[in-house]
Amino acid sequence: MERARDLAALVTTPLLPEHYLDRLDPLGSTLALRGRISAVLPETRDSATVVIRPGRGWAGHVPGQFVRVAVDVDGVRHWRAYSLTWSPDRADGAIAITVTVVPGGTVSEHLVRRARVGDLVHLEQAAGDFVLPRPAPAKTLFVTAGSGITPVMGILRDRLDELSDVVVVHSARTPSDVVFGGELRMLDGLRRIRLVERHTSTQGRVDADELESLVPDLDERETWACGPAGLLDSLEALFTERGLEARLHVERFQPAVRATGTGGTITFTRTGTTTVSDGSRSLLDAGEEAGVLMPSGCRMGICFGCVVPLREGSVRDLRDGTLTSALPGDGVLVQTCVTAAAGACDLDL
Amino acid sequence: MTTIQNKATNPVAHLSAEDIENLGAELDAIREQVLASRGERDAAYIRRVIDVQRGLELAGRATLLFSLFPPAWLLGTASLSVAKILENMEIGHNVMHGQWDWMRDPQIHSTTWEWDNASPSAMWKHSHNELHHTYTNVLGRDNDLGYGIMRVDEDQRWKPGYLGQPLWNAINMCFFQYGIAAYDVEVGKYLAGRKDSDQFWAEARVVLAKIGRQATRDYVVHPLLSGPSAATTLTANVVANLVRNVWTHSVIMCGHFPEGVETFTKSSIEGETRGEWYLRQMLGSANIEGGRLMHIMTGNLSFQVEHHLFPDLPSNRYQEIAPKVAEIMQRYGLPHVSGSLPRQVASAWGKVVRLALPNELLDRGARTLAKVTTLPGRGRVATVESSMAA
Repeated sequence: MERARDLAALVTTPLLPEHYLDRLDPLGSTLALRGRISAVLPETRDSATVVIRPGRGWAGHVPGQFVRVAVDVDGVRHWRAYSLTWSPDRADGAIAITVTVVPGGTVSEHLVRRARVGDLVHLEQAAGDFVLPRPAPAKTLFVTAGSGITPVMGILRDRLDELSDVVVVHSARTPSDVVFGGELRMLDGLRRIRLVERHTSTQGRVDADELESLVPDLDERETWACGPAGLLDSLEALFTERGLEARLHVERFQPAVRATGTGGTITFTRTGTTTVSDGSRSLLDAGEEAGVLMPSGCRMGICFGCVVPLREGSVRDLRDGTLTSALPGDGVLVQTCVTAAAGACDLDL
Repeated sequence: MTTIQNKATNPVAHLSAEDIENLGAELDAIREQVLASRGERDAAYIRRVIDVQRGLELAGRATLLFSLFPPAWLLGTASLSVAKILENMEIGHNVMHGQWDWMRDPQIHSTTWEWDNASPSAMWKHSHNELHHTYTNVLGRDNDLGYGIMRVDEDQRWKPGYLGQPLWNAINMCFFQYGIAAYDVEVGKYLAGRKDSDQFWAEARVVLAKIGRQATRDYVVHPLLSGPSAATTLTANVVANLVRNVWTHSVIMCGHFPEGVETFTKSSIEGETRGEWYLRQMLGSANIEGGRLMHIMTGNLSFQVEHHLFPDLPSNRYQEIAPKVAEIMQRYGLPHVSGSLPRQVASAWGKVVRLALPNELLDRGARTLAKVTTLPGRGRVATVESSMAA
């Protein structure tokens, strides 16, 4: 088999045999990990669970982990991370992510409103350490808000049998905005968990002081928290104050769009150089002035000799003002000669 | 053609500096329109072309396994020839220009694409995207003007070696992919002792390794797999490569060599503005007229003017913006060089044959008093590089 493939490669050069097979059998591809959407199940009015049958090479996941998923929207590939919400090792091999629409969010809107059964998505392997240890702790607390419930639901669905004393403090705007609301309330009714449900439109946010009264035995609980930065920051402060920081595990959701100002700090991650640049100077000029060996070519945006992966942050095209953003792990290739920093940005150089 | 500064009638003399900047703004607007509407339709287009190309390549090679039968040879060779042309022109050239980078698909990206041609992508991108597209038709800067083996402009200094240039051009046409590779590693510069030996050989080894892989595929493995049809599959591969070479060479000659295309002196591009750069691209390129299939087979380089104005816009859009560009050129009173494929090929060849001779023998005396003009609004007189000074 290996011999046949090597022989085929002699005929397909400069391509690989896999390039030919790729289009015929996208899920069997060894060039890229993909999945096919097998169901889109509405959860609330602006969230849905997208069920995906992953292709060859999917290595499985641990509940609580996320997967980076890419969809092509208007011809452009966009990657985002979503928590896996179904238990692993299902007979049909399917995985699921639960997506809440972010207003103006390219990917979330696409997945919730426009994705169809049969569509292909691109996947990376599951990652993240927001997981329960083995054996599971006796008493656990989960503090979540909004779509922060998704990794916790993944954990509860898989490990609840091992957990004897579970408190879930969850905040959402209104009762109907609670993702997995029915399932959580049912578990509470069955006394499998104690659910503290907060509706921020009428009751405000759960703050640190309130948490202590809602969960009197806070000090005895191993705690996992996922939600907006404000919530996580206040929890970290509370747990640190009580000397319990080792018992708090947080998962920070990344904002979909980074700072979009003009100018900012450019960090060259390989060389460790940082430089502050204004919004009118190209990344190439800024990098060269900072002494970074930048690949370059025509310096006018036509030869693509200067492209470098943008690892994180935002840059603006000096020609037409187009904003390009990258989240950690993205590596969006940008033409450094015609783009400038639009907020802090990390370049892989 | 002759450098614009040396022409008796400067084709841009009637334009003010302000006109040229307005022209630039109008062209920028065309670019904006395409960017704003670039999307799924375009992505589907390039993926379809790639699918068709790979289908033709597979079908062609499979058919040639039975090339002992003349109809199979003919069909397979045709299929393989078209596949190679599509790969080089509509796919490889344009992908390497970064025309599809916006899709963020690592498999269709200027930084990852390796094309079915002797010259490795990395080297070709440097000599083509960087040198040729930046310094288009600037004498002494754009080596595509005759590739260093020919004189295609009156203002290029004549040498006795150019007497043979019709023959050099014919040979280059037949072995064009190797010609490009030799050009990209700068064989001429190395032989003249102007290129570092270590660097030259490092690059040459990369090229030779690639040529080895390509030749093994076409002239060894594919024939051997054909068993009794080995000999005929070998000839099919030779012919397919020849067809591809002749076609691509012809199309590329039509881009900048036909009569009427302008050239520029080095000094004329100092401090060049965006508008002036656009102007140079328009005056320095020529289009080919024909049907949709012809355009695709040329990789839409038949829209050479549009390609040089916007080398990173998806090739499938050049056709759409061509009428707008033509209208602008007409409104600004600029010559738009365009013609059918046979006419443009004949025009380019005509020049190669004519300029094999020194200017003195061509039109004695007619150009000695050529009036020196300069791009308007530049505020200084361009350096005179009189053809007779050579």
